[in-house]
Amino acid sequence: MAETGIGASVRRKEDPRFLTGRGRYVDDINRPGQLHAYFLRSPVAHARLTSIDTSAAEQAPGVVAVFTGQDMAADNVGSLPCGWVVTDRHGEPHKAPPHYPLARDKVRYVGDHIAMVVAETRAQARDAVDLIDVDYEELPAIVDVRDAMTGSLVHDEAPSNLCFDWELGDQAAVNEAMGQAAHVVELDLVNNRLIPNAMEPRAAIGDYDPGTEAYTVYSTSQNPHLLRLILCAFVLNLPETKVRVIAPDVGGGFGSKIFAYAEETCCTWAAKKVGRPVKWTAGRDEAFVSDAHGRDHFTNVKLALDQEGKFLALKVDTTANLGAYLSSFSTCVPTYLYATLLAGQYATPAIYANVKGVFTTTAPVDAYRGAGRPEATYLIERIVEVAARKLGMDPAELRRKNFIQPDQFPYQTPVALTYDTGNYEPSLDLALQMIDYQGFAARRAESERRGKLRGIGFSAYIEACGIAPSAVVGALGAGVGLWESAQVRFNATGTVSVMTGAHSHGQGHETTFAQLVSEKLGIPYENVEVVHGDTGAIPMGMGTYGSRSLAVGGSAIVRACDKIVEKGRKIAAHLLEASVDDVEFKEGKFTVVGTDRSKTMAEVAFTAYVPHNYPEGVEPGLDETAFYDPLNFTYPAGVHIAEVEVDPDTGITTIMDWVAVDDFGRVLNPMIVEGQVHGGIAQGVGQALLENCVYDKESGQLITGSYMDYTMPRADDLPPFRVGMTTTECTHNPLGVKGCGEAGAIAAPPALINAITDAIGTEIDMPATPEKVWRVCQAQFVQAAE
Amino acid sequence: MYAFEYHKPSSVQDAVAALSDKEDPKIVAGGMTLLPTMKQRLASPSDLIDLGGLPELVGIREEGNSLVIGAMTTHAEVARNETVQARIPALAKLAGGIGDPQVRHRGTIGGSVANADPAADYPAALLGLGAAVITNQREIAADDFFVDLFETALEPSELITAVRFPIPQRAGYSKFPNPASRYAIVGVFVAQTDGGVRVAVTGAKGSVFRVTEMEQALASNFSPESVANIRVPADDMNSDIHASSEYRAHLVTVMAKRAVAAAEG
Repeated sequence: MAETGIGASVRRKEDPRFLTGRGRYVDDINRPGQLHAYFLRSPVAHARLTSIDTSAAEQAPGVVAVFTGQDMAADNVGSLPCGWVVTDRHGEPHKAPPHYPLARDKVRYVGDHIAMVVAETRAQARDAVDLIDVDYEELPAIVDVRDAMTGSLVHDEAPSNLCFDWELGDQAAVNEAMGQAAHVVELDLVNNRLIPNAMEPRAAIGDYDPGTEAYTVYSTSQNPHLLRLILCAFVLNLPETKVRVIAPDVGGGFGSKIFAYAEETCCTWAAKKVGRPVKWTAGRDEAFVSDAHGRDHFTNVKLALDQEGKFLALKVDTTANLGAYLSSFSTCVPTYLYATLLAGQYATPAIYANVKGVFTTTAPVDAYRGAGRPEATYLIERIVEVAARKLGMDPAELRRKNFIQPDQFPYQTPVALTYDTGNYEPSLDLALQMIDYQGFAARRAESERRGKLRGIGFSAYIEACGIAPSAVVGALGAGVGLWESAQVRFNATGTVSVMTGAHSHGQGHETTFAQLVSEKLGIPYENVEVVHGDTGAIPMGMGTYGSRSLAVGGSAIVRACDKIVEKGRKIAAHLLEASVDDVEFKEGKFTVVGTDRSKTMAEVAFTAYVPHNYPEGVEPGLDETAFYDPLNFTYPAGVHIAEVEVDPDTGITTIMDWVAVDDFGRVLNPMIVEGQVHGGIAQGVGQALLENCVYDKESGQLITGSYMDYTMPRADDLPPFRVGMTTTECTHNPLGVKGCGEAGAIAAPPALINAITDAIGTEIDMPATPEKVWRVCQAQFVQAAE
Repeated sequence: MYAFEYHKPSSVQDAVAALSDKEDPKIVAGGMTLLPTMKQRLASPSDLIDLGGLPELVGIREEGNSLVIGAMTTHAEVARNETVQARIPALAKLAGGIGDPQVRHRGTIGGSVANADPAADYPAALLGLGAAVITNQREIAADDFFVDLFETALEPSELITAVRFPIPQRAGYSKFPNPASRYAIVGVFVAQTDGGVRVAVTGAKGSVFRVTEMEQALASNFSPESVANIRVPADDMNSDIHASSEYRAHLVTVMAKRAVAAAEG
């Protein structure tokens, strides 16, 4: 292994620029003549707009234009589309009411967009927004997913606020198994709503050049081509040749920057209307109310087991909050990214899920780190723990007993997916050893002596990364393909530019992809430059989400490198006066087999661009593009074990230890992978203990609209994580890689909640705040006293 | 933020004059509450009077059996000051637990006390130690200073110049922080002073308050057990998504117990 090749913990190329403040984010970009936009957002959760008077705002200092939904309607601006049509169990497509960038008749959540003021400065635009006079005919708010189907109608198009009533699996088989089982355990649980909180708030600049009739859109996007596609084909009706989307350095996304939002759409449209660039940067307050939120499920789950603890059937009934409008991929998250994962790591023979997606007067809900898979893992691992307690079995051994066995792969689950590979016991064994499971009883006794309650909790998770293949997801309703592109371009002097559709906004692609190309082509790591985030500079690509970048984008890079080597062999064979078949490529050299005659990759690249002595029929240049459409998802899996101590006096939970053993297949940069695991666990701990998006039930106002009330995890909330790895390589991609970006956020919440419930001896919902835990401890104390 | 006039007086006298002259002036000390409030357009003072140009308001000195801390002294300075650490370690610890490092290096004791946030830490120390607020006009006992939610005994043109803390025999502070903001959900300051035992609670109600029942119990026996079974009524306690009034009332007892234990060292 080279110091910078595959498997090396190379320090990140991008960090010097980020750490010294030299990153270039959308808000750092300013265009000549630029104006600033500020949005009038709905102060109420649900209301009919009876009148909007913008005249005073139009006269305000510095104001260039004020736009409303009617102005956009007059220009035939379309609705923001949902890119995945879910067909419900009655064969009906989901209800897709229009989602106009600026509201036309009603507002449906606090923060909904009513008008856009464009002015010389941001402050002037904001001042003018206060002068817009709106009459609201208020309607009742509905914020709780459990109230949605009986609440006031959010959209006339969706009776009972039902977007879809969808199912997966064999209901009859599950019912039969439930009826005959020795044990059936049941649990109601909430998967709490989260606000993404990327470090960089969203921002956009729309810039129109009347000379070329072309737009440049600067956007905080995880997938610039997808944004271009949505803007052009669905909303603004523009040719893609006339729109360039640039997503420069982007400060985190966690899914929230996948989607096409109202703001960048409005800035793009307005730039032509006012003839000057229009910039918008979200304040943190706007991020809270208008970024697509995550999770928000209410679920009933039942698990049937036989006398010995073998799982017989799993039944899941979920209501998922979609918010006020369908965001770009909101419908696939609680369906195809959720119920398809309900087998987990277990050979449960029958599984059935019914999911109802409902509208409420809250911000749209869409993919957030893990997207559906954390929700699936959470309920499986919670109900397995409940079963272990009810049957009096060791939770580790109950899991072991039900694991899919190594000889069962490829394993067809009862919920559509086929796991290509995996081996779950080694991860469990390593995790048990790392946490010193044998010593837990002694540690618990020691805690008890100090008046503390100690608990241990398991999570044996699986996730599906790199959603694919395109034909299959298309058949399930996806409106896009899910391949990735790569272009590997040698320059004459031997440096390489790698154009990838996989956008990097914290993942470290500029480092790992350079490691990959350096190793594949045998050229120095320093000579590789990764280019991403500009539709004008890269081939069409699908972007970054669902832990797909390496498995899909990296595979495309491998394919492009293979093409480079193939062409290089022809050039080298000519230079070496040998047959192409006799030339082999290894460690950066083309060598005539069995001789010491060779040409380096750099020499071949130079020859390709200065083709004075060149093979007949071969094109000059060394620049290859590949598109890769995976054959299947990849299936990372692992076991996390958390150990906690609860203070019964205050209800405070302290995480005492955490081990994470993951199987990510082949690993390119262990340091970056470990960082992803740490970050993911931090977010999972956030969900389990701290974070909770709360809307007021009566008014629909967002109560947790700032960091004064929305609890982000901080460094001192987190324990030192201990990370271990096991490996089964993915069988269907050229690198044998899986995906690691979401695993921590998927695995962590049930591990932590199971540890807490183990400590306090009763079930509890997320987030397990001190008061909730204290109340449980109090109740038990009272019960014990009686 | 709305437009305002900015002033940076070079004497306390000029600052007070500006305070009396202007239509709707506000003093900015560290600005840790005022500036975010202005940015959110929840406050729109006509004039800001910045005390940053008044070095005489900065500093910590020992005077007889008291510590006098200048109004513009930052929380970080109080936390790391050797005299404070030696004479009233609980006060240094309290200051070191306010907000985050950025807030502690900008925020000031005078600003915090004048703002009288019901969840701020300093009011517990002032009331718990029986401190006096020194202004350009007079000295106000802490018992009289904190009136209600964000309300103090300060006159409109009165400026805090320092706080005088009597040095106690021993003192302890224990805080249950709001997990999001890290303000006190409940913070209890306990001190054994020449004037008797004082127990002051912040975060739990609209304003900081004393718990006489605990003070009496501790006066006869200064140990955590003395307060362990003293319950405070929940009726008029704050309640929000982080802590109900009932939970806050419970935490007053738990934090008091821990503050006493901390004071015992």
